[in-house]
Order: sequence, then C-alpha cells, then structure tokens
Amino acid sequence: MIVIIDYGLGNLGSVKNTLDKLGVYSLVSNSFEKIEKADALILPGVGSANQGMKNLKKFKLDKLIIGEIKKGKPFLGICLGMQLLFSKSEEGNVDCLNIIEGTVKKFSSKLKIPQIGWNEVRIKNLEVRIKNLFKKVPNNSSFYFVNSFYCNPKNKSIIVGESEYGVNFCSILIKNNIVATQFHPEKSGRVGLQFIKNWLSLI
Amino acid sequence: MITKRIIPCLDMTQGKVVKGIQFVNFRDTGDPVKLAEFYDSEGADELVFLDITATVENRDILVNVVKETAKKVSIPFSVGGGIRTVNDMGMILRAGADKVSVNTGAFKNPNLIKQCAKTFGSQCVVLSLDARKVKKNRWNVFINGGGTDTGVSALTWAKKAVSLGAGEILLTSIDTDGTKKGFNIDLTKTISEEVNVPIIASGGAGKIEDFFEVFDKGKADAALAASLFHFKELTIKQVKQYLANKKIPVRLN
Repeated sequence: MIVIIDYGLGNLGSVKNTLDKLGVYSLVSNSFEKIEKADALILPGVGSANQGMKNLKKFKLDKLIIGEIKKGKPFLGICLGMQLLFSKSEEGNVDCLNIIEGTVKKFSSKLKIPQIGWNEVRIKNLEVRIKNLFKKVPNNSSFYFVNSFYCNPKNKSIIVGESEYGVNFCSILIKNNIVATQFHPEKSGRVGLQFIKNWLSLI
Repeated sequence: MITKRIIPCLDMTQGKVVKGIQFVNFRDTGDPVKLAEFYDSEGADELVFLDITATVENRDILVNVVKETAKKVSIPFSVGGGIRTVNDMGMILRAGADKVSVNTGAFKNPNLIKQCAKTFGSQCVVLSLDARKVKKNRWNVFINGGGTDTGVSALTWAKKAVSLGAGEILLTSIDTDGTKKGFNIDLTKTISEEVNVPIIASGGAGKIEDFFEVFDKGKADAALAASLFHFKELTIKQVKQYLANKKIPVRLN
C-alpha cells in the first residue's frame, strides 16, 4: 500500500488518480499508523515552502517523515515535496526537513515566474537508468513543471537529471531510498505515467 | 529549455462541448471527457475548459466533468466560466483541475485574484482577459463574454492582475477570434513583454504558420485554438512538428 501524505496542500488528487490509473492501491492520509504501515510514501505538493512546513509541523508529520526515510522506506517527493526535503528554502526563508543538505533558491527575476510548462530532463547519471527508473523514458523527454524555486543540493553526486530555466537546475535526484522530482510526473502524460510505473517497480 | 505549449480549448455548455459538435468521432455526444482523452493522446500540452453558459444550476455538471477528466487525462487542465468566489475556485480545484481561470468575476472584484492566489497559490490562478482594439495601440478589457467595454486598458488590467497574484494570462483577442486570420500579434507582444507571467495567446488561429508567428513575433508562451483542432483542419502533431522544424522548442514525446 502506498500512502500519499496529506498535509492539506496541493494536488493530492492528481497523484491518487495516477496510481488508480496504474491499478495500484493507495491512500491519501495523514494518519501515523497508515504512514508507518505503508510500503512506500509520496510527498506531493503545490504551494509555498513556509505553508508546507507549517502544515507538516501542525500535523507532526515532519519528524515522522524523517524517521520513515531513515528507516529506508521508499520515498518519492514531488515538486514542493522535493524542496521540503532540503535544509532551507529562500521561499519565506524557512528551515525545511534537512534530510538533504542544500538550499532551495529562486529563479532569476528576469524570467517569467513561475516556470509553467514542459521542460526537458537531461539524465546525467547512467547508472540510474540501469536501475530501471528511466525504462522506456527516453533521455531528454519533457516533463511538466510549475515552479518558481529550484533545489541546489550541496552534494552534486545525488543529481540524476537536470533541466534549464535561465540556469541549469536539479530536476531529479536520488539519495538512497529517496527519489525526488521538481517536475510533476503525475501531470506529464505518457512519460510521466511510465516514470511512476518504473518507480513503483523499484519498491 | 522550456517548450512552447499548444492548448486545445473546449467550450462547453451543460456538460457538452459546443464548438466541437462536428468533431469526427464525437459528433453525437460532444463528450468533453472523450475529447480531452483524445487530445491527451494527440500530444496536447494542456487543456482549457470554458463553461460558456456557466450558471449555478450547471455547476454540478461542470464539477462532474472535471472529476471524470481528472481520472482520465494525465496532462494539466484549467477550468473557467462563472467563477465568482474563492469557494467556486476551491470546488473546481478539489474536483481535480490544476488551474482555474477568472474573468468577469475578477474584474468586478479584483480581490478575488488576491484571495485565490493566497489560498491556492498563483500557479492555480489564470486571468482570462478578453481584449478588443479601441484605437491605435490601445486595447480595452471587455467583460460579460466580451459584450461590455470596461474602458480599462488591457495592459493596465493585466499588470494589476499579475501584481494581485495571477500566475498566467489567457489572452483572447476579440478582434481576431473566429476570423481564422491569425493571432493578434501586436496585442500578444505588448502584453507578453510587459508582464512577468506566461501568456497564452487565443483567438484567430487559422493556419499552421499562425502558430509560428505568435511564438516568434508575438512572444507568447502558449497558443490556444478550438475549432481548428476540433474540425481536424490541423492536428496537434502537425503543428508541433512544423514548429520543431522552425526551431521553436516544443514537446514531441
């Protein structure tokens, strides 16, 4: 059973719809019991980092998530759900979960913000493709993005794929049991579905 | 780099697509969900639903269409028509839409944009702006389905809406809409260069070259068309392939 963590933000329904489409049983929940029992966790998210952290703390999900990730449970962070894993976000200057060392930075104000639309993801790390995460997803495929901020991990070796929006930014990373994407695979059409299917097959 | 988006628009009334009634496979039903699935498979980057006769009684029908669409398609879509309150917007988003477009309701009550952006985030709030030329280099905002001249310049309203939190502008030129003579390049360029959010150009697409023009000269971030795609005069694939050949970045996967 997959739990999509409900912290009162964002497009929880879209992720659930996607898993339904793939025939995978999932729950949208913030229950400690369900989260602890889950085979894997997804932290989705649309919204601001400060509101996101506020909500995680309000439901006491911050410590729970850190604990579950430490236990080695497969974890997928999407968009804000990726950014919240970092040490700190420039969005509201908020301290985040600090599971991944690094900061979340704002795109240059010379660009149209938010970045809305489909952007190419260049896979950097071939080893990962061997791990099947990108099975049937050709390199440089376009995925759907909606973001004003991007993640800048301190340890560059966790960056698996990059995209360009004024700057080259980390659009997907893998660290142990964590996969995190700045793009929305649940809104990225056929390749997005395939990507989620691949992630599920790794669990 | 970020690609230019091609967006089919589904005008609906009482849960049926109206402009698409002659659409080959859906002639009898005008089923918006089937049409949405078709466009998803054809490579549309996004979908826009407009409930053109939005009334309170129709709201349940619209919500059901949104729910069904969200289950079937895996690309983003926005929904607009008759949105007056934050609750209206919440209802559509909870049903599974990614964005909601506001038009007359926001013009009459600009605070609606601010409240919606604060509650759901700017990325969910699309300003739908219908503009008509009133003199050289001056376009006014028209509301109530394009029937009422507000006397306010389109550029002024676009800037204000963005400052209030609109994350995107769906810009329809009343002058070119339905003419099939091409998008309104001057209007699109003027607004796109002055505001810092993506612009979806709408109104006037008639031939494949029009899409190149609106991106190249009009500086649009996305282009919208309805009947052109519904009647299969052009397919989305054709348009994208053409643009790719002309070095406009588009999504082909």
